[in-house]
Amino acid sequence: MKPHPEKSLSENSAPRFSGRLFHYSSPQTFYPLAGKMIPFFWVAAALFGIAGLWIGFFVAPTDAQQGEAYRIIFVHVPASWMSMFIYLVMAAWAGIGLALGTRLSGMMAQALAPTGALMAALSLATGSLWGRPMWGTWWIWDARLTSELILFFLYVGFIALQAAIDDPRRADKAGAILALVGVVNVPIIYFSVIWWNTLHQGSSVSLTRSPSMAQTMLLGMLLMALCFWMYAIAMALMRVRAIILERERHTEWVRAEINLEKSNALE
Amino acid sequence: MKPRHKRAAIIAGGLVSIALAATLALNALDSNIALYITPSEVAAGKAPQGKAFRIGGMVKDGSMVRNDMTVRFVITDTVKEIPVAYTGILPDLFKEGKGAVVQGKLDQSGLFTASEVLAKHDENYMPPEAKHAIDQAQKGTSK
Repeated sequence: MKPHPEKSLSENSAPRFSGRLFHYSSPQTFYPLAGKMIPFFWVAAALFGIAGLWIGFFVAPTDAQQGEAYRIIFVHVPASWMSMFIYLVMAAWAGIGLALGTRLSGMMAQALAPTGALMAALSLATGSLWGRPMWGTWWIWDARLTSELILFFLYVGFIALQAAIDDPRRADKAGAILALVGVVNVPIIYFSVIWWNTLHQGSSVSLTRSPSMAQTMLLGMLLMALCFWMYAIAMALMRVRAIILERERHTEWVRAEINLEKSNALE
Repeated sequence: MKPRHKRAAIIAGGLVSIALAATLALNALDSNIALYITPSEVAAGKAPQGKAFRIGGMVKDGSMVRNDMTVRFVITDTVKEIPVAYTGILPDLFKEGKGAVVQGKLDQSGLFTASEVLAKHDENYMPPEAKHAIDQAQKGTSK
C-alpha cells in the first residue's frame, strides 16, 4: 500500500503555532480539514435557523407600528450584515494572497464571493418587499440602497473578472485588486444612514448603545444572524474544496483523493 | 526590504489613497447624496426653483385633513412648517407625528403639491403593549 501523502506531511509538521498555520495554509492539508469541519457548520446552521425562525414567527411579538410585516427583519438584517462582512473577509483573503502569494488565500476569496453576492441580493430583495407596503415604494435611490446595490455589483464583477481570466494566479491578482478597491464601499453602506438624509432608518443594533428593539425580536434576529454565519462558512468551505480539486487536479494527491472517493462510493 | 514587504507596502499605500480619494469625493458630493431637504432648508431658499424635489420631516400632529382622495397635512422639522397636498394612496406607516418624505413641487403660495409620499420608519421595534406603556408614560410627564 502506498503511504497517504497527507499523513506523511502532517507527521513532519513543526509543532510551533506559526508552523501549524502555514501547515494548514497548503491546499493539500486544508482540503481534508475543511471536509471535517463542514458537517459541524451545517448542523450549527440548521439548529440556529430552526431556533431563529421559531422565535421570529411564533414567539416575537407583533410590532406596534408595522404589524406583521416587520418580520422580514429576521432575514433582511442578517443578510445585510453578512453581505458587508463577507466582503471584508473576502477582500482580506484577496489582500493576503496578493501580498504573500499564498495559493489558498485566493481560493478562499473566490469561494466567498458567490455567498456574499447571494446575501446582497437577498438583502435588496427582502428590503424591496418590505419597502413597498411600509415606505410606499419598491425602490428609492437613497444612499443606503444605492451603496448596497453597488456592493452587489462588486461581488458580481469580482466573480466575472476571476472567471474571465484563465490563469488562476493572474485571475486571483486581478480579482484581489478589484476586491480591495471595493472595500471603500463597506463603510459607506454602514454609515450612509448617519452621514446623509436617507429614507432607510438608522441602525437598531449597534456596538455603542443598547438596541432599540424588544428583547425577543432581538434574540430572533441574532439567532438568524448566527445561522447565516454558519451557513456562509459551510458553503465557503464546500466551495473552496471544489476549487482546490479543480486547481490542483494535475497533482498526485488529488488523483489519490479522487480514487479514494471513487472506491468509497462503490462500497 | 524584502519583495514581500514591498508588495504589502504598495497595497497598503494604494488602499490609503483610495480611501482618501473616496472621502474627498463623498465630501464634495455631500449635498447631492441627501435624499431630501428639511423645511428649514426650504425656508432658507435652498429648494431648487421650478423643479421637483423632496422634503423630509415629521407629519405635524392634528394637521391631516382628508377630502375624498386628496390629503392635506403639514410637514415640519419643529422649526419651520410646509403645507402639503397629495392625491393618492398613503403608505401603511404614514401617520401624524411620524417621519415622512414627500416629493413634488412648491408653488407660489407656498403649498407643496406632492406626487409621491413615502413614510420614513424609525429604528424602534417594539410590541404594541410596550408602545402603549410609553404613550401612557409620556402623557403622564407632559401634564
